[in-house]
Amino acid sequence: MFGFLVRRLINYIVLCVVATFLSFTLSSISFDPLSLLRQHNPPPPAATIEAKRVELHLDQPIPVRFLTWGEGVLHGDFGETTKDHAITEELWRRVGVSLRLFLLGITIGIALGVLIGVASAVRQYKLFDYISTFFSYVILATPVLVLGPLVKQVAQAINNATGSEWLQFTGEYSGTLDADAGWLAAFDERLRFLIVPTVTIVLGQIAYYSRYQRSAMLDVLGSDFLRTAQAKGLTRRRAFFKHGLRTALIPMATLFAFGFGLLVVGGVFTETIFNWQGMGAWLVQGINDQDTNVTATVTLFVAVCVLLSGWLSDVLYALLDPRIRV
Amino acid sequence: MSASEITLDEGLLDGAGDGPVLEVADLDVSFPSESGRVHAVRGLTYQVARGEVLGIVGESGSGKSVSSLAVMGLLPEQARITGSIRFQGQQLLGLSDVQLSKIRGRRISMVFQDPLSALTPVYTVGDQIAEALLIHGRGKVSKHAAANRSVELLDLVGIPNAAARAKAFPHEFSGGMRQRAVIAMAIANDPDLIIADEPTTALDVTVQAQVLEVLKTAKEVTGAGIVIITHDLGVVAGFADRLMVMYAGKAVETGHVNEVYQQPRMPYTLGLLGSLPRVDAAEKLPLVPIKGQPPSLTDLPPGCPFAPRCPMAVDDCLTEEPALSEVDSTSGHRAACIRSAELAATEAAADEIEGVDASNAAAIETAVEVFGAELVAEPKAALRPRTERPTVLGVESLVKHFSVTKGVVLKRKVGTVHAVDGVSFEVREQETLGLVGESGCGKTTTLMEILGLTRPTGGNISVLGKDVSTLDAKGRKAIRRDMQVVFQDPLASLDPRMPVGDVIAEPMQVHGFDAARINKRIPELLDLVGLRPEYADRYPNEFSGGQRQRIGIARALALEPKLLVLDEPVSALDVSIQAGVINLLDKLKAELGLSYLFVAHDLSVVRHIADRVAVMYLGKIIEIGDVDSVFGAPSHPYTQALLSAIPIPDPVKERARERIILSGDLPSPANPPSGCRFRTRCFLHATLSDSDKAKCIEVEPPRESQGEDHEVACHFARTKQVV
Repeated sequence: MFGFLVRRLINYIVLCVVATFLSFTLSSISFDPLSLLRQHNPPPPAATIEAKRVELHLDQPIPVRFLTWGEGVLHGDFGETTKDHAITEELWRRVGVSLRLFLLGITIGIALGVLIGVASAVRQYKLFDYISTFFSYVILATPVLVLGPLVKQVAQAINNATGSEWLQFTGEYSGTLDADAGWLAAFDERLRFLIVPTVTIVLGQIAYYSRYQRSAMLDVLGSDFLRTAQAKGLTRRRAFFKHGLRTALIPMATLFAFGFGLLVVGGVFTETIFNWQGMGAWLVQGINDQDTNVTATVTLFVAVCVLLSGWLSDVLYALLDPRIRV
Repeated sequence: MSASEITLDEGLLDGAGDGPVLEVADLDVSFPSESGRVHAVRGLTYQVARGEVLGIVGESGSGKSVSSLAVMGLLPEQARITGSIRFQGQQLLGLSDVQLSKIRGRRISMVFQDPLSALTPVYTVGDQIAEALLIHGRGKVSKHAAANRSVELLDLVGIPNAAARAKAFPHEFSGGMRQRAVIAMAIANDPDLIIADEPTTALDVTVQAQVLEVLKTAKEVTGAGIVIITHDLGVVAGFADRLMVMYAGKAVETGHVNEVYQQPRMPYTLGLLGSLPRVDAAEKLPLVPIKGQPPSLTDLPPGCPFAPRCPMAVDDCLTEEPALSEVDSTSGHRAACIRSAELAATEAAADEIEGVDASNAAAIETAVEVFGAELVAEPKAALRPRTERPTVLGVESLVKHFSVTKGVVLKRKVGTVHAVDGVSFEVREQETLGLVGESGCGKTTTLMEILGLTRPTGGNISVLGKDVSTLDAKGRKAIRRDMQVVFQDPLASLDPRMPVGDVIAEPMQVHGFDAARINKRIPELLDLVGLRPEYADRYPNEFSGGQRQRIGIARALALEPKLLVLDEPVSALDVSIQAGVINLLDKLKAELGLSYLFVAHDLSVVRHIADRVAVMYLGKIIEIGDVDSVFGAPSHPYTQALLSAIPIPDPVKERARERIILSGDLPSPANPPSGCRFRTRCFLHATLSDSDKAKCIEVEPPRESQGEDHEVACHFARTKQVV
């Protein structure tokens, strides 16, 4: 099993390189970083443009550019943006912003999604099941671009009703907090800005996972071993949780991983709506600036997230299911 | 509390001592469904005494499983249950799930049908048994003690090396071992009642014999009353004390097991007995088919529910449903039939012919007479000796190996599964060869190799005199016209979106028949298999299992083949339906001069239908010959064990039999034992001297003649009568 996981990890590193290379190549072909410079009025001299071209390595073939960039990455240097900022400086701050949002969102989303899915399965064709099914489909059918503003509206209504401005929904912090305000105030500050975007993510996650968990649980509810567990003397409820839920979680393991990957990809919208300066927003900015290095860096980040979560799901799968531990 | 209530309580306490363990009275269970309420159990009343074994027999949909799930309180919530279920005097109906959970597993326990899915896949077997002890131990049983006890229990039910095996997960156990583990769980808390719902149905016959032994042990150890539910009259014959036959949610006959088998007083019971092919039948008896199918339980018409299928039905039968009434005032034998006295008279007449003895031959004779079953006359060509008839299918030293590979990108071979390892047999014209063996013995692989018509890994297959390895695509198509197949699962083998007429027409279209000829042939074929020609427009889901199998046979016959390959054609059918299909196959063979290769695990069916039989074990034929020699004088220890494991539906005979119980499971075909492949489980091998043992280990026994048309592959073959 250990060997299997190591081999998987090596496979994933190769996949990361391939994904990043493709993204790098595609953006290098389609982007023209010099266009901004050419549009300057009065037009800069040809020598200046040529100098910029050499600085950005645009005179070299794409694979060579990729190797140059890749070598830097191995040393922890992700290159510079077209505006001459070091990417590495900004990278970790943005990764922190994104992960704070997504990890919290997915953790709460999975926990609630599983609970609601199980509850709907146990109460199949009863009121709770109908309500949760209805809302799941409504949320799944609503794009984040609509859902985000809707949650904002609700937050605004809550603020109005309580007569406070506690819930915030633009940016990550106000920047008005005193430096010596203490950790509690700092925590409160972050929390105020975190709640609304997190709720937006959590809603989507619940809708997604609860549907899968419901059908996985329904499969298990009709199974013979659950009947055996009850025949042994477990109450219906204990049998459901100890034998049923434990088994119904197995097919979810794969889903958790790729759900996280999808979330990070979709994070572009969530971050933009709430004006969070995370990786998603950076990708949008990078494309606007015709910036290959930023695009490739974000791609690498997403690939690492997707594949790492895929790897974690393999580990999780093995922990949950003794049948595949070999 | 008033005085009268006190006496009532005392009476109850007394009753708990030596009264029945379980008393079910007027039990009704119904479920809502789209077509109305399904009355699955209707007014069921029965008792089980301490240490008594009650057999409940019935076909699918008779309500036998539902009634016992009601006792356990394991029916789904939407079930409506009325009546009374008293366990040791305590009323179980109306108890909450929490109250029932204190009784379940401690005082009443249950063994289910499918051992493969009955255990939770994610916990170890030992943990699951220990759980049964811990739930009811209320903190007094330590985890350590429960784990130790679960090892003892596994040992008791015959799991070798129990301490190590307790740490294994269910997927590491074979089907038979899992069922033993479930039984271990059931007896863990020394219950007073064990309900076994079809405990051996999913198992191979030798494993079934092992599990029945374990159940007997369980009964001795716990002294519990046992309710065993089955559709197999053979299984209960040797095990049950009393029998209850169920039909359409009701008990239609109950009584001591001997009386029910010897003097059945309800035509349904009689029909069931008569419909079973017998492995102990020296001469071929006609099988009794029960026409029609069980009624729908949503809207039962008044009158006896069996009347539409009953050959003895009179007008009175349709007015009122007969109550279960005493047939014999002394023994408690009861039947629900207004004409049971007439059955007694027919049987008395049969007794005069058969001679009164302890067997149930007279009952079978009565069944044949009442239901008017007839033996199919043997075709004339059968009179010619078989050596003079041409060979339609010849298989010589057939080998099929599957490679076991590892790795995804760079596949490398890590082993070989010897699925079929040198199998030779031939099927002559108008002859039926039965190919039998347990699951994993290679009989299906052999069949698939024959149907594939391609060059095998090794050996030769010739169909109608043509070697298949020399065939091109055109030649293969021509041969397929003469060799057709009938599959096991009649539902899965028919396209649900095709009307039956199209299903039957398809092979003819493929072989270029013109439309006029096809349209003429469809009604002919339907008529041939006993279906109405107007059924051609209906879809497969409108038919019952037996009818679907008839459609499958009609499709196979469309091209007028010479050879039919039948893969377990009746094993998915209920017994009363099965007899009709077997009779049909018999009739078709005689009328159309067909040859059959009949693959089956049910040796009783094979004895009835086949002329010759080949017994397979781990990819080899270990005994082959005409049916009477192989069944009457089996010479290979495996054949003897296999035959002795088959239960006979006659309690007196069954109890008197000495059973050979094989130890363990089939070895892996990826790593078969050296020399004789059967030696690891052979009871004969164990009794041999060391030098003889060495011969078994080193030399693979060749197939040697044991008499006219009887070959055996055993160094120390000796005949032993087992049925």
